Amino acid sequence: MNETNSLIQIKGLRDGLLVSLDDAPWETQRVALLEQVDTQLGFFQGARLALDVASQVLHVNDLVDLRDQLSERGIFLWAVISESPTTEKTAQLLGLATRISKPRPEEGRKFAVEDLGEETAMLLHRTIRSGTRIEFAGHVVVLGDVNPGAEIISEGNILVWGRLRGMVHAGAKGNRSAVICALELSPTQLRIADEVSAALRPQQNPRPELVRINKDGKLQAELWAPG
Amino acid sequence: MPAQVITITSGKGGVGKTTAVANIAVALASEGAKVVCIDGDIGLRNLDVILGLENRIVYDIVDVIEGRCRLRQAMIRDKKLPELYLIPAAQTRDKNAVSPSDMNRLIKDLRNDFDFVLIDSPAGIERGFKNAIAPADRVLVVTNPEISAVRDADRVIGILEAEEKGPGALIINRLNPALVKNHDMLSAEDVLDLLAVELIGIVPEDENVIIGSNRGAPVAFDPKSRAGQAFRNIAKRLRGEKVPFLDLDNTGGFWQRLQRLAGRK
Repeated sequence: MNETNSLIQIKGLRDGLLVSLDDAPWETQRVALLEQVDTQLGFFQGARLALDVASQVLHVNDLVDLRDQLSERGIFLWAVISESPTTEKTAQLLGLATRISKPRPEEGRKFAVEDLGEETAMLLHRTIRSGTRIEFAGHVVVLGDVNPGAEIISEGNILVWGRLRGMVHAGAKGNRSAVICALELSPTQLRIADEVSAALRPQQNPRPELVRINKDGKLQAELWAPG
Repeated sequence: MPAQVITITSGKGGVGKTTAVANIAVALASEGAKVVCIDGDIGLRNLDVILGLENRIVYDIVDVIEGRCRLRQAMIRDKKLPELYLIPAAQTRDKNAVSPSDMNRLIKDLRNDFDFVLIDSPAGIERGFKNAIAPADRVLVVTNPEISAVRDADRVIGILEAEEKGPGALIINRLNPALVKNHDMLSAEDVLDLLAVELIGIVPEDENVIIGSNRGAPVAFDPKSRAGQAFRNIAKRLRGEKVPFLDLDNTGGFWQRLQRLAGRK
């Protein structure tokens, strides 16, 4: 093993390979990874690869380049795991998974209501289109529409300054006091904690609405008014 | 000036990508532009049939990429338009025979010799689609006015945005004004309202499109066809001209139109 290769750890998972990088410069690691792949092409070819990039901050170009270079070698990059929110967001926008094992919906019930310590929020200033899945541990604020086929899963509240027509899940880890607000509410489905509601009847005259869990434990929409 | 590389894609199959490529190419070349179209649908090639060039294929795009022929040898000149060329897809291979960087290399060799390079993308969002959009300067997304096609177009536009290819421009194909009037079909406004991207053309439903495709003579050659006119307008807009959108509402006869003009409905 030469020096560059020691930057990279490769582990076998049930459904593919997990490659862990450290915090050395991205370019060095990228080259090292491709070198390693090229020397053992037979081993890597056809593999499903998940990449743990530690706290590297990666942008669209970095991930697209690597994905294409891997794909040319017959390797399918399906997940990027990162501690950096920027990298995580980039990966999600590219349709890559950001967790290796998906938590099952039932798992939400096991969590106690958690205080959202620092009240962090993710701001998305764009239209969230079909096929995009946004997962975030804090609140999510969208300045734009959420289209049918898009999913937003937040552990806190979800605010949509636009039309909400996709699926959103607020309080995903069991916070029953989470709320969902939108300027126009015609979602495919809404979820708060473990309550699910099918499409609400679209309003004739759309108005800003806020959805919360009411006394009876059901999802209920009301006028979203200031205050 | 180096060529504009334009990829035509859709997500959903059967919405009219290949027809759009053939017609836009014909319209551009009729106005004197040098155009090359590339069939990116490896394994399911169609563009050659629609252009009526099927029986002239000797080499294809995979032959070029794998070095069995020179690029020029795989380029087929159109029967009527001397400035229009086709690089056909391979029929006996699959999408994995080509990679995004192969496409980039191929296009680089074409950029200096043409005004427009049009790439016909396969349906889907997998390898073939990635190959087709890799070299694109601009992407046109074709959709039909129906919910499933619009949903897929939305997904494709999302991917284009994520890959920083720009949001793309939209072609709404096979719009039937009579159905829209009766609220039995999404209107162009409904589609745009959801997708929120630039519109570059609305093509009305027109049986001449099918007839033209079967004859290998795209409808853009037909000066009387309304779909042909719509495709010619798209070509003009690609060249930077400002062209108003067709009034698709004049489906009635002369008298009805006159009455409408006179405000008697």
